[in-house]
Amino acid sequence: MGTGKLLEVRLERDRGGVLEFVLRTPGVGPALALVVAIVVFSLTTSTFLAVDNLSLVVEQSLVVATMALGQTLVILTAGIDLANAATTVLATLLMSKLALSEGAGFGALVAGLALAMAIGGVAGTLVTRVKLPPFIVTLGLLTIVTAVGRIYARGQSVRVTDPVLGFLGTRQFLFGRIEITYGMPLALGMFVLLWYALTRTAWGRHVYAIGNEPEAARLSGIHVPRTVLSVYLIAGLVYGMAAWQALGRVPNADPNAYQTGNLDSITAVVLGGTSLFGGRGSVFGTLVGALIVAVLRSGLTQAGIDDLYQDVATGVLVIAAVALDRFSRNTRQR
Amino acid sequence: MSDTVLSARGLVKRYGNVTAIDGADFDLLPREVLAVVGDNGAGKSSLIKALSGALVPDAGEIRVGTERVHFRGPLDARKHGIETVYQDLALTPAQDIASNLFLGRERRLPGWRGTVLRMLDAKGMRAEAEKVLRDLGIGIRSMTQLVETLSGGQRQGIAVARAAAFGTRVVIMDEPTAALGVTESAKVLELIGRLRERGLPVVLISHNMPHIFEIADRVHVHRLGKRIAVVSPRTHTMNEVVGLLTGAMRPEDDRRLQASSAG
Repeated sequence: MGTGKLLEVRLERDRGGVLEFVLRTPGVGPALALVVAIVVFSLTTSTFLAVDNLSLVVEQSLVVATMALGQTLVILTAGIDLANAATTVLATLLMSKLALSEGAGFGALVAGLALAMAIGGVAGTLVTRVKLPPFIVTLGLLTIVTAVGRIYARGQSVRVTDPVLGFLGTRQFLFGRIEITYGMPLALGMFVLLWYALTRTAWGRHVYAIGNEPEAARLSGIHVPRTVLSVYLIAGLVYGMAAWQALGRVPNADPNAYQTGNLDSITAVVLGGTSLFGGRGSVFGTLVGALIVAVLRSGLTQAGIDDLYQDVATGVLVIAAVALDRFSRNTRQR
Repeated sequence: MSDTVLSARGLVKRYGNVTAIDGADFDLLPREVLAVVGDNGAGKSSLIKALSGALVPDAGEIRVGTERVHFRGPLDARKHGIETVYQDLALTPAQDIASNLFLGRERRLPGWRGTVLRMLDAKGMRAEAEKVLRDLGIGIRSMTQLVETLSGGQRQGIAVARAAAFGTRVVIMDEPTAALGVTESAKVLELIGRLRERGLPVVLISHNMPHIFEIADRVHVHRLGKRIAVVSPRTHTMNEVVGLLTGAMRPEDDRRLQASSAG
């Protein structure tokens, strides 16, 4: 009798353990989805698993992944950034226009990063000091920044020939076979750096606490406005880095580029398991989320499926991911 | 009284036409559990907020020991060793127990990893959290458990443990048993008793007369924005305290109170 009962209890705990692990550990669910997608496309198409296709998939996802990295920070504080792609595009325009004169590449890069950070600073200040909702602030900034970009570029795209601005597109072969661009290790480094800051420093814990329960964070002595402002500034800097990535990928600054960049970045964040309600999630989830979108698009293309159906598939995934987040929150808070 | 741990004289706080605190006095003695009672709207939570730094009074003085203090925020009160357990507990449910215990007071690793890399001493904080909870007799297996997985009583335990761990002079608790069941309430009262045993005075805001009479050494009765009486559960009954706080009984008519205030 005694042993039977013990076994029962243990079985129940094991079952709860696996399910809980998947639901609770950020990034496990999305990583599983990514693996499944890769396996499916490898089996159903002959070209997907080819090494050059895989590096192309990664290369194509770099800019959105980087924009999504900044977006993750903002969403963790229970905010949202609608202006990130517009910020990136404006930064590419400023960088490439300033770099038109010989040898001005480095200064242009710094100016572009500073501009993106300044836009983040404006958003952060409006959110923390004027206490406007992030959705409204960044919606306004989206409109303004997009328009400023078009006015500044006079509707023309700018060709980039400067070596500093094009640096991240430099190709290199690893082990003679795997082709990478310099943008890849840089993006990975940025993800690692922010993962470290979010999980190993007090600042990171404060960011999560603010997104989860701002009043508790305040009462615990956390300087909430200062921390949130720092998040928007860092996110802005990251969008500036995305601009550098973008110029490495396509040496042409186009005021009409990345029209879907903002929604793609939010898609990556959500697919990566970060909650739109704030306080839960991880940057590696976002990296996985960006890769899921890229893998899905590449795989469906290899399988000969039309672009529009790819959009449908991505949309279904986003809704499913948020539904899962909702569901897991409910089970946890029972 | 010169031997008070925390005291206030003539506190006033107005919001427009509303006077929340109307010249209130307050005295907390060493090693006591002082219950603060009052009807809804009597201004007891404003008084408590002033003492915990969450509200800046318009007039009056607050002293910690004999030192006159001016709290501009909860952090100032904390720096004087006054910790508050808020009614909504001020916990972040999506973070684990150790993170919550040290929220806003994280410890960094010694050496270059702490100063240059700003790396947290996660292991040390977990060990310390475990020790604090064990000392208070709060049985929780893992410090990495998320707070949202805990019961109401356990969460209360975490909030109390945080106050006990960092409060060196005073712990203020706002309605700690209001949301709890019978067994869990009993545990929280036990916890309050344990803080007193350690020599830490507790200010307990509560509506629950049986709980107050079980644990409090003295009862501060608040009415219409000021303290109208301080009674002892040994000399007064629950009905008399209720009479005082509702105004059904006037302190002037109470001979025992006349005697104590004269002394």
